[in-house]
Amino acid sequence: MVEVDVRGFSCPVPVVRTKKAMEANPEEVLAVMVETAVSKENVSRLAKSQGYSVKVEEVSGEYRLTLTPRDS
Amino acid sequence: MGRVWTPRTKIILAGLIFGALGALAVNWGNPPNMGICVACFLRDIAGALKLHQASVVQYLRPEIMGFTLGAFITAFAFREWRPRGGASPVVRFVLGALVMIGALVFLGCPIRMLLRLAGGDLNGITALAGMIFGVLVGIFFLKRGFNLGRAVKIHPVAGWIIPLIMIGLLLFAILKPDFIAYSESGPGSMYVPLALGLGIGLLVGFMAQRTRLCSVGAWRDIFLVKDFYLISGIAAFFVAAIVTNYIVGNFGTEGIYHWGFAEQPVAHRDHLWNFFGMGLLGLAATQIGGCPLRNLVLSGEGDTDAGVTILGYLAGAAIAHNFLLASIPSGVGTWGPVAVILGWAFCIAIGFLMRERA
Repeated sequence: MVEVDVRGFSCPVPVVRTKKAMEANPEEVLAVMVETAVSKENVSRLAKSQGYSVKVEEVSGEYRLTLTPRDS
Repeated sequence: MGRVWTPRTKIILAGLIFGALGALAVNWGNPPNMGICVACFLRDIAGALKLHQASVVQYLRPEIMGFTLGAFITAFAFREWRPRGGASPVVRFVLGALVMIGALVFLGCPIRMLLRLAGGDLNGITALAGMIFGVLVGIFFLKRGFNLGRAVKIHPVAGWIIPLIMIGLLLFAILKPDFIAYSESGPGSMYVPLALGLGIGLLVGFMAQRTRLCSVGAWRDIFLVKDFYLISGIAAFFVAAIVTNYIVGNFGTEGIYHWGFAEQPVAHRDHLWNFFGMGLLGLAATQIGGCPLRNLVLSGEGDTDAGVTILGYLAGAAIAHNFLLASIPSGVGTWGPVAVILGWAFCIAIGFLMRERA
């Protein structure tokens, strides 16, 4: 699993970094840590558009998104 | 019903309401093609506080206070209040000032740019092209790793400062103390009743907080990630404004608007500086991460970096009018082009320099 920690970054850096991680690690499961609800929504929307399924866990006020490529 | 209320339909509905209000606010008292202009209204507030002395643009616009306070209430109601800050506040301050200078060279923020187009002012076309060009340059830097660093959680009191300032400004608007300046002529003397302006601001602040509406992010997301969520709200805003202008007769024989480049209200026809002025706004706002409306909303959610950006807007407005950078209807200001060139140079320099090493 590839970890992407984008907590604290403002829009659209979390999306840019997640997209880079997807391109560098195709077919890998990504764990993305985000801080705000906005980043959670933005990264989720990106993941769905790129063919990933999204699982969201709330961990002490922050979010951990597990992005799984649909083919794997 | 669940299927109907997707995020997409919500942002389209928000855009439609916002666009209709933006058009109607002119018929209710605001200046022509300026039903809502976040940059112009912040500039008017800077004038009311005598940060600049341009006597025709001084008024405490309650819409601005409404945007932040509407988002503030909404953020608490939806448990999204989050005091945070510390991601390059000084850089954000300067970028905020440059956003404002770019806007005042064109004479409008991205919201007013669309309202001007929806009111027949075709000068908005070169401004829109320029802004998209600026956004594309911003994306170039984002893809190369440009960012302003991480914000951290901070003491809640810090998050209250900007909302409290907005409450203070609202009290000044209600009580009208002597030290506040009010325009007796020009755009600053044209306004909707205070309660109505505040109501519009609160409603838009609520809708923008929930939908994350952003008039620069909308264009950025198309080119950066082919995401059409935000632009669907902005497109709805534009369509609603144009349809409303036709319905209420603003394009009729007795109406206030006509299609064309010439003799448009509070506008000039210098396409070169409209392009690069709004280009500067597009670039700086992409580097900040959002348009002026979005930053007002974020400042209501406890984001003190957005709060610093707003202080930058006010400083930029003061600089623009004190140093003759702002345009007037007869053309660009004496030093406007120089300021725009220096602004571009600053944004390009930090775009190359502020990269996080992998």
